[in-house]
Amino acid sequence: MSRILLNIDGLTKAYPGVVANDNVSFDIGHGEVHALLGENGAGKSTLVKMIYGLVKPDRGQMRMDGDVFTPSDPRQARASGVAMVFQHFSLFDALSVAENIALGMENPPSQRDLAKQIKEVSENYGLPLDPRKTVGGLSAGERQRVEIIRCLLQNPKLLIMDEPTSVLTPQEVNILFETLRKLKSEGTSILYISHKLDEIRTICDTATILRHGKKVDTCVPREKSARELAEMMVGASFASPSRSDRTLGDVLLRVKNLSLAAADSFSTSLRDVSFDVRAGEILGIGGVAGNGQDELLSALSGEARTQHDMVQLSGKPIGQQGPNDRRLLGVLSAPEERLGHAAAPNMSLVENAMMTAASRQGLVSNGFLAWSKAKGFADRVISEFDVRTPSANNAARSLSGGNLQKFVIGREVLQDPKVLVVNQPTWGVDAAAAASIRQALLDLAAGGAAIIVISQDLDELIEISDNFAALNEGRLSDIRPMQGLTVDQIGLMMGGAHDAEVAHA
Amino acid sequence: MIRLEKRKEPSVFWIYATPVLAVVLTMLVGGLLFATIGKDPFLAIKTIFWDPIFGEFAFYYRPEVFKKAAPLVLIAIGLSYGFKAGIWNIGAEGQYIIGAICGAGVALAFYPSEARWAIFPLMIVAGFLGGVIWAMIPALLRVYFKTNEILVSLMLVYVAEVLIKAFSIGLMRNPDGHGFPGSRNLNQYPAAANMELFAGTGMHWGVMAALFSVVATYVILAKHQFGFFVRLTGESPRAAGFAGVNANRLIMLCFVISGGLAGMAGLFEVAGPAGQILGSFPAYYGFTAIIVAFLGRLHPVGILLAGLLMALTYVGGNAAEAAMNIPSATIQIFQGMLLFSLLSVDVLTNYRPRFVARQGA
Amino acid sequence: MDINPILLASAIMVASTPILLAAIGELVVERAGVLNLGVEGMMITGAVIGFIAAHETESTTLGFMGAAVGGAVVSMIFGVLTQYLLTNHVATGLALTLFGVGLSALVGQGYQATNQVPVTKMPIPMLSDIPVLGPILFRHDGVVYLSLIAVVAVFWFLSRSRAGMILRAVGENHDAAHALGYNVRHVRLMAIAFGGACAGLGGAYISLARVPQWVDNITAGTGWIALAIVVFASWKPWRLLIGAYLFGGVTALQINIQAMGLDIPVEYLSMSPYIATILVLVFMSGGRAPGSLGRIFSASS
Repeated sequence: MSRILLNIDGLTKAYPGVVANDNVSFDIGHGEVHALLGENGAGKSTLVKMIYGLVKPDRGQMRMDGDVFTPSDPRQARASGVAMVFQHFSLFDALSVAENIALGMENPPSQRDLAKQIKEVSENYGLPLDPRKTVGGLSAGERQRVEIIRCLLQNPKLLIMDEPTSVLTPQEVNILFETLRKLKSEGTSILYISHKLDEIRTICDTATILRHGKKVDTCVPREKSARELAEMMVGASFASPSRSDRTLGDVLLRVKNLSLAAADSFSTSLRDVSFDVRAGEILGIGGVAGNGQDELLSALSGEARTQHDMVQLSGKPIGQQGPNDRRLLGVLSAPEERLGHAAAPNMSLVENAMMTAASRQGLVSNGFLAWSKAKGFADRVISEFDVRTPSANNAARSLSGGNLQKFVIGREVLQDPKVLVVNQPTWGVDAAAAASIRQALLDLAAGGAAIIVISQDLDELIEISDNFAALNEGRLSDIRPMQGLTVDQIGLMMGGAHDAEVAHA
Repeated sequence: MIRLEKRKEPSVFWIYATPVLAVVLTMLVGGLLFATIGKDPFLAIKTIFWDPIFGEFAFYYRPEVFKKAAPLVLIAIGLSYGFKAGIWNIGAEGQYIIGAICGAGVALAFYPSEARWAIFPLMIVAGFLGGVIWAMIPALLRVYFKTNEILVSLMLVYVAEVLIKAFSIGLMRNPDGHGFPGSRNLNQYPAAANMELFAGTGMHWGVMAALFSVVATYVILAKHQFGFFVRLTGESPRAAGFAGVNANRLIMLCFVISGGLAGMAGLFEVAGPAGQILGSFPAYYGFTAIIVAFLGRLHPVGILLAGLLMALTYVGGNAAEAAMNIPSATIQIFQGMLLFSLLSVDVLTNYRPRFVARQGA
Repeated sequence: MDINPILLASAIMVASTPILLAAIGELVVERAGVLNLGVEGMMITGAVIGFIAAHETESTTLGFMGAAVGGAVVSMIFGVLTQYLLTNHVATGLALTLFGVGLSALVGQGYQATNQVPVTKMPIPMLSDIPVLGPILFRHDGVVYLSLIAVVAVFWFLSRSRAGMILRAVGENHDAAHALGYNVRHVRLMAIAFGGACAGLGGAYISLARVPQWVDNITAGTGWIALAIVVFASWKPWRLLIGAYLFGGVTALQINIQAMGLDIPVEYLSMSPYIATILVLVFMSGGRAPGSLGRIFSASS
């Protein structure tokens, strides 16, 4: 019998404007822990969706234990023995663990039998769960356990895990790894999607690295150094960025011991975050999504109030001030979610311009809005940032992602901020637009503004940051100058290992 | 099989066309309804919609239309702010009643003083404040306790109904009324009466207030930051937060406006067409106004037109009852159908119907 | 005049039955994540259809069945609009109420003040002879028993059956339910139909048993109270039973107190159910509303 469980051959999938997967081929053996490594946008999720039956490949073939494998929906994939734990859980807070698991199963046994099975399996694999507990009260790690048990009860041949450790504490990561090792010893294969280099080197037998939709290599991660893996992920074409010799001015923004409790069970608490940003400086903050990026932006934009002096502008405490007060002082921001947060989807670009530019651009007087001035401003943004849209009166949702992002960033840049905080400024944006956005940020800094770029895109941070820090579970790493920072140091900082900590096992 | 595909932009054509389409649809279905109960559909539609404005007795009916439209428009305008922002004040009827009680109370307190210049304005203020106070209850409960404002405001309608009944036979009973329930009739008290400004047109102060509120709201929504914030909150609450909107303050303000305008409408009614505080004073304007607000697509001019249309159905319906023996209940059916039709065809504004071949199982 | 507590208790049960029926139906609908404000409209439609059906067929049983069907059919207007045409729940529910009130008034035109054979009582043998409890609990007509059975059935359905679990899941998080492959729209439509049938039944009880006649606007706001009771009950069937009987009790008590000539102003008593509801809504926020209640679901697949 062949030792290969899943054979993927020449899988290709294209969407309008982008080839998500380009001729990807690799094998997963029985009892093998196989990593799928790559940055955001590399094509990992599309590939996995094809394996799980959510997406149909354009070209290429898959074989499961030698037989042709073409799942047309998740049900078929599950029937063939593929189970998947998504990054975003499909759980019902008000229902119990047992009920949640039953809902994810085709033919669940009686509640009593199910409860017994859950207890057995969960204890067997070191992920203890009380079937009667309400899911709403569980921690993120425990919720993941529910998802995993749901999968395990179907006796899968292949378990796909999408960024599983992004919501786990270090201890929980250890527990998870024990579970994976046990599964492996029983012959279950695991497809482990991640970009945490040290974890992959710890737990995975093989790794397939994707970049821009293509496969770069399949290798044994333990035989490579973190640096080699990172280079393959990011592209060896990165050269040490040449920094324009910007003289840095005074400290404009000081964040001191910023702690902010999570607003709900889906948010991350910020813990004791401190940093300074000087005039002319670009501080890059890296980290996988879900580690506090949104929360940090909210604390800086004014949507979330903190203690008085946790956020200071040129020495003046502004922690208690709201977004518009901060705008008047020159602190502007651009959140990650384009539609629904940074811009109102059904409103025109003119109205969206009015949304943040009202106070700074003199568009309000005595409560009355100067719409023609707002249109003028919106037109300026559109022309200077090459936003492709028939007119400023078009609804925000009619723009493509890249164009809307250019508008959202351009809207803030043209307001001449003293401090600008952006979250994922070029996510989902085509290369040309991304380049122009980055140039705009560089120019803004050259003009004396202090800029914070929160991003998952290492390329980007390496290119434009003066200094770098990583956000992990709400905590900020030390801040290092970008120049001279090695890639494996970056990878480790992003993965959560700090200087003093040793990577797991 | 028809599938709905979201449009890139809300269709401007359909934004204007849907109310028209809804009215036409309703007339069609209504006509069918009339036919099934054995009445001439064309005559019925004409009696209800055409005659009151252009027919023989229009000189009598037209003022009635204005009189009925005034409270509907005034209340609906007030509601439109909250509705736009996703704040559901369903208890406008209660605020309307309490406004009437407070306004009438002021008038009766001053009786028989003749100082109209002082009394009438005070009554208006009292009506406004009465509605505001009644609306503050669900508002505060929502802001501080996150209680559902739909149910609280609704419960308060019943309380208000009980109160007005109690007042009409108790505290506010007309001492010269021979023991019958009901307060003094304010129409006979010159200082307090809500009179027509132009004789024979039915345009009393309430009508003026309604027109003014339409214009003011148009300006506020188009040109004032508050109006912008209201629209933004309804569109995208997170973006509103990003824009610096204080959600709690917005909720309170929306309740103040809707409660106050409803209260004023109540005052104008009790000092005008209704005349006195009676247990039967409540006429469900507060609920019909909700329909007017939706029919008018929460837009001031739309609300004005919708209010006139609704008033027309009331007046026309009564005329049809007299002339053709069509039961007055048909009016409510019409109104309900109007709203159904509008809601149904509204989907065309944001979604395009696509005919899709059924995919193989 | 003394109040006979036994008669009073029995009267409370009769008074509470319409509310209980309408409320238990709406509870199921809301647990599925849908807020149907059209309960009043569905109830009154059931009242008139039930009355007419009973009158024409001379069978109250057929009357009740007709009422249930009528309520369910009318509820489908709401169902189709909100689930397929994605209309605003609040507006659609209100429209349904208005439409139902008008429709019933129109249809009931010829039946005003006609007499109707009242519903037959069905005393349960043996049990109805138990002193005190017998007359209170076991000498009612079939619909009262049905309402109590409905409460038990809904409780069992929601907490112990798979179908009920799926319904709760849909109401809790319709996106997750959709992701897991459940047909959110179908589940909700069925729940809405059930709610309509129950409301129709409750309305018919008023016109066929409690009054028993047909007059315009016979339900007089009972539908709205039913809505409030669902929240009062924190969406749990047993608490709903208590709530319905509380309100029914206040109504029955009020009449009796008036008859007794006690000096409590009638107004305070009439107000008390509504104020009580508000207080409960404020302080009993321990009960969580179903997560997707009121949110519009559009399948993005």
